[in-house]
Amino acid sequence: MTGTVPRRLAVVLVVLLVALALFPLWGKAVFAAKYAFLLQKLTGIMIVAIMAMSLDLLVGVAGLVSLGHAAFFGLGGYMLALNSPQYEAANLWLVLPQTLAAVAVAALVVGFLSIRTSGIYFIMVTLAFGQMGFYFFNDSKLAGGSDGAYIYVKPKVEAFGAILVDLDHKLSFFYVVLGVLVGVYALLRVLLASPFGRVVGAIGINENRVQGLGFNPMAYKLVAFTIAGTVAGLAGFLAATQYGFVSPAMLSWHHSGDVLVMVILGGMGTLFGPVLGAFILELARYGLEAVTDHWLLPMGAMVIAIVLLLPKGVAGLLLQWCRKREGSDD
Amino acid sequence: MTESVPALETRALSKAFGGLVAVNGVSLSFREHEAHAIIGPNGAGKSTFVNLLTGHLTASGGQVLYRGGDITRLAAHQVARLGIGRSYQKTNIFPTLSCFENCRLAAQSRLATSMRFLRPASSYREVSAHAGAALELAGLAARSGRIAGTMSYGEQRQLEIAMVLATAPAVLVLDEPLAGMGKDESERMVALLKDLARRYTLILIEHDMDAVFAIAEVLSVMVNGTLLESGPLEQIRASKAVQDAYLGDGAEAY
Repeated sequence: MTGTVPRRLAVVLVVLLVALALFPLWGKAVFAAKYAFLLQKLTGIMIVAIMAMSLDLLVGVAGLVSLGHAAFFGLGGYMLALNSPQYEAANLWLVLPQTLAAVAVAALVVGFLSIRTSGIYFIMVTLAFGQMGFYFFNDSKLAGGSDGAYIYVKPKVEAFGAILVDLDHKLSFFYVVLGVLVGVYALLRVLLASPFGRVVGAIGINENRVQGLGFNPMAYKLVAFTIAGTVAGLAGFLAATQYGFVSPAMLSWHHSGDVLVMVILGGMGTLFGPVLGAFILELARYGLEAVTDHWLLPMGAMVIAIVLLLPKGVAGLLLQWCRKREGSDD
Repeated sequence: MTESVPALETRALSKAFGGLVAVNGVSLSFREHEAHAIIGPNGAGKSTFVNLLTGHLTASGGQVLYRGGDITRLAAHQVARLGIGRSYQKTNIFPTLSCFENCRLAAQSRLATSMRFLRPASSYREVSAHAGAALELAGLAARSGRIAGTMSYGEQRQLEIAMVLATAPAVLVLDEPLAGMGKDESERMVALLKDLARRYTLILIEHDMDAVFAIAEVLSVMVNGTLLESGPLEQIRASKAVQDAYLGDGAEAY
């Protein structure tokens, strides 16, 4: 569950990653006029994938099903909007730590209040907190209310007076997000292999036993909740940077639900599964939307088919394939 | 010579669930390095008593003392950290993890804290060594890599014990370690428990009388939530009250 990825599968994933990283090279030739749009689309999917991995830490590893995770995503975006001067660029080295700190504090408080519940009650409490966040930004004049707010100038990334990377440049931003995606994956892998990660994973399997062994499950769940919320906030920060716009919809429970579906379809507790889930769902949506106005119907059929046929998600299928191949090698 | 402080002691310990008094004013002491068995018919309150000892339930009245210190209000993880390790009547393991990882997690509880985020857990050599030693002691060394949930029932019960040992407890509280075991499995487990009785302060809840008489030095008998009698093995075996209430008339007891 929290183990490492088999070598054969790792090779497949690295190939997919390289194909994604080289998209700016082959995308132009294949998609021609649609290339610019697809570059942005893929950037957006990677951002959602980062959020999906953070939710996997809760749902797939710790066994905490949250329906309010989008609140931290949205808060990350709003922190950027609120801390950006109207007609100037914010300094990334200031606004990013500010954002992450604010989201971490919010996640710590929400976590402290919700972690005491479990199962269906945890779902309800996180849903309630998420909706509180939604209505806070929807009904207050703080950042444009239900209309949302614009970030006219993207944050600048400078060191010693030189611009390191221009976030407004689509191709540069694509690679920045790709870097963050890989970085977050690596960070979460390290975390899962650590003593902390092992305890959190064990809580997801048998919380009662974890406590019997002398660990305080509440403390570990709270730290996991805070880390997951903060990473979701980072994804929200990137989303706000990409679109130059934030709206209450970022915090809505629909968004939490969408990402939860990505985690479940992709394969809970595997980290790479939810990333695949994000790509499969978002690309399927894009493809179906282009074909029919009634895209939700085939989309629903696809979701049902995957859930019925692959109870452990796409990642479960891949892991099974690896085990079979490894078995036949012996 | 003054009487030394007992390892674990209860004073008028009670637990009520609504109107039902499951444990009623039980005062018992468990001396260091003694193997002490608690017997009694189903519903006597033995498991509730164990849950009170280990903080899995909070007492309605009375006290639990560990080496003289009050631990009545401590949570289960705090009690475990003090060195009171327990096994469960119903197998309580991490079925999807390997046998070794089950024990490694248990051994990891010896670290001052597991709030360590960067170094891989597998690189903590001492933790792994303790886990390996516990598996060895419980006779599961050959099963190290097996997924715990795929092992036989008897092996899972052994793992249950191995996990407790891996936490390096001072006191072992074993709740029906023989429950549901076949004859061969039982014999192996009794041998293991005899071995453990020499090394640890042992508190044993058990139905199997042959096993109890083979392992324990001191016997306490609970009936209907109260302590009927407590004393050395031979004294209890000879006790008229115990025979009437429990040992003698099997038909009534079960």
